Amino acid sequence: MAPYAPSFAQALELLMDHLAPVTAPAVDPQPDHREVRLSQARLGDRGVISQVHVRPDVDHHGLSADELERRLLELGFVEGAAIEVIHEGAIGRDPIAVRLDDMRVALRRHDAADIVIRLDARAAAQ
Amino acid sequence: MSTANARIALVGNPNSGKTALFNALTGGRQKVANYAGVTVEKKEGMVTTPSGRTLSVIDLPGTYSLRARSPDEEVTRDAVLGQLKGETPPDVVVCVADATNLRLVLRLILELRQVGRPMVLALNMFDIAQRQGLRIDLEGLSRDIGAPIVTTVATRKRGIDDLVAQVEAKVEALAAAGQLDAPNTWHEPSPAEIRRAHAEAQRLMKAHVRPAERPDTMTGKIDAVLLHPVAGLAILLALLFVMFQAVFAWAGPLMDGIEGGIGALGGLVATVLPDGLLQSLIVDGLIAGVGSVLVFLPQILILFFFIILLEDFGYMARAAFLMDKIMGGAGLHGRAFIPLLSSFACAIPGVMATRVIDSKRDRLTTIMVAPLMTCSARIPVYTLIIAAFIPNQTVWGFANLQGVVMFGLYVAGIASALTISFIARRLFWRGQVEPFLMELPTYKTPDPKSVLRNLWQRAEIFINRAGRIILPLMVLIWVLSTFPYPPEGATGPAIDYSFAGRLGHLLHPLFAPIGFNWQMTVALIPGMAAREVAVGALGTVYAVANAEEQVGTLAGALSADWSLAMGLAFLTWYVFAPQCAPTLAVVKRETNSWLWPTVMFVYMVTLAYLAAMAMYHGAVALGWG
Repeated sequence: MAPYAPSFAQALELLMDHLAPVTAPAVDPQPDHREVRLSQARLGDRGVISQVHVRPDVDHHGLSADELERRLLELGFVEGAAIEVIHEGAIGRDPIAVRLDDMRVALRRHDAADIVIRLDARAAAQ
Repeated sequence: MSTANARIALVGNPNSGKTALFNALTGGRQKVANYAGVTVEKKEGMVTTPSGRTLSVIDLPGTYSLRARSPDEEVTRDAVLGQLKGETPPDVVVCVADATNLRLVLRLILELRQVGRPMVLALNMFDIAQRQGLRIDLEGLSRDIGAPIVTTVATRKRGIDDLVAQVEAKVEALAAAGQLDAPNTWHEPSPAEIRRAHAEAQRLMKAHVRPAERPDTMTGKIDAVLLHPVAGLAILLALLFVMFQAVFAWAGPLMDGIEGGIGALGGLVATVLPDGLLQSLIVDGLIAGVGSVLVFLPQILILFFFIILLEDFGYMARAAFLMDKIMGGAGLHGRAFIPLLSSFACAIPGVMATRVIDSKRDRLTTIMVAPLMTCSARIPVYTLIIAAFIPNQTVWGFANLQGVVMFGLYVAGIASALTISFIARRLFWRGQVEPFLMELPTYKTPDPKSVLRNLWQRAEIFINRAGRIILPLMVLIWVLSTFPYPPEGATGPAIDYSFAGRLGHLLHPLFAPIGFNWQMTVALIPGMAAREVAVGALGTVYAVANAEEQVGTLAGALSADWSLAMGLAFLTWYVFAPQCAPTLAVVKRETNSWLWPTVMFVYMVTLAYLAAMAMYHGAVALGWG
């Protein structure tokens, strides 16, 4: 996949900040510490998980929020874990594969919506 | 040694090399069975210690937590907690860890510690950890987790003696103490408790493990190609192509060999036994019946050879990743891809292969639609009917019409399977979808010995099933098609006078609306043994000897007797109908209930009936009646 032009990435950033005003986590004011939901992360995005909180008011395809949260936690999606998006599926860029600390994990974007990552300064600046 | 053997349970994350360690411990002394009441595979083996004590070792399904999410993981939880029906609790738990991937297993160890059973930690794949320059402070870690640590390389049988010695010491200590060190305080952890355990695991990592100096880069490099959105899919397709070539091309000679062997055995028995009922039962019923299923063994083994090889290499998780979006659209899990693919050879290994799907719901859906895939037993039926009714001519300037129809039949199978699973999800499971959360394991070179052992176990399971389930069915079908005998001076084929023939006549009014004549209806009954048996059965009712070899003669007889509409209706019936008792038997075995084979039978018959009716009347309307 071709890298995104900086202008496009910035536009996307602005767009996403506008699109998720209510449920999105507080966005760090510093531009080099952008936070993004894993479901919206792009290939190469890298950072640290800042929050895993599965929202009970959102449909998780019939699974309870508590159950999904525990499954994510059990596979290592926990606050403080280092994460990087390393692969995207061919159709709709879904599912995604991430490097999570020392291991690799695949998941659907839908199930990744409640994992928030704080992007590395370097990655965010790109 | 006095009473029962001490029991050792192997517990660990998936991909920790647990099964390799189990093989190294027990060698050939193992057996595969099922746990009572569930369809989870139970692998048990024996190991004799230098002092002569015999330990019974069980290999429990891999898990990340004792909080079970699938039937497999429930077995692990219940076995560790000593709550499994018909099983005594393990005396010692051996936690198997991939030394290069400790973080998650440390959390599992913390859970296991709450259970209070004696534990030994086996740090497996220790050679890889050393090669990567990973430093683990074994003494410190052992102290903190309160369990002895043994480093092992299961594939090279290193550290096994040490592990056995540590386990035996624990067994002796337990026997001397007469009770567990600590009470069981395990309960399902809440999200907060999982977080705390992670923090503790993180602390242990920091204190005792120095990160690898030369971490594995191979997996990343391979994934860059195999998970590439374009190249990855192309490689997957190429792999499938090779697999199918192998299944159909390599298996051919072997299948001919088995057929020849079965035929020769039948001939031999026929010369030894006098003509009569016993000869017929053994030759036509048992030998021919079991032979008709056994003949698929080469295809099944070749298929499983590829599946086991790719699984051990670590590719299967990648295939699931690549296919998840496509499968997910139909409400199936990415992992359903391989079982469905296997079903193109035969639904039996397909249904058996659904064990890789964790969620019960996803697994059931996959089992239910697997028989809709065009298995190789349908090919003789399709070939016969196509030869009889579809002209061998070129259409659209390049394609052969017979080939187009064949292709259409395959597409009909796939499309109906995807549609049914989509509807099932919407209708019965109200749109519930299991999350697709899967570790992508580090690539590993498969161990030839373990691949062969696994393959042998698959063969044993299949032959066992052929023996225990399929054999009685074959005898039943033989009885139905043989008794009673035709009266003296009867002119029609013998099957016409049998129960099967009578049943066929009796059922005929039901099948008349879909265009079947009584001969077709009669052929359906022995055809329940396996789909391709219908060819022989049609040969019997049309009194064509050796119908399997004389396809041309039989096709001529059929085209003289049936209309095109009838031929198409018969083809359509065979796309959907559950004309395979062994598959239903395997579904019973895998789901451990008569409910699901019944559901499968009813829905497939209904689908086949409606589709054949639509096809027949449509064709009649087009003037093909």
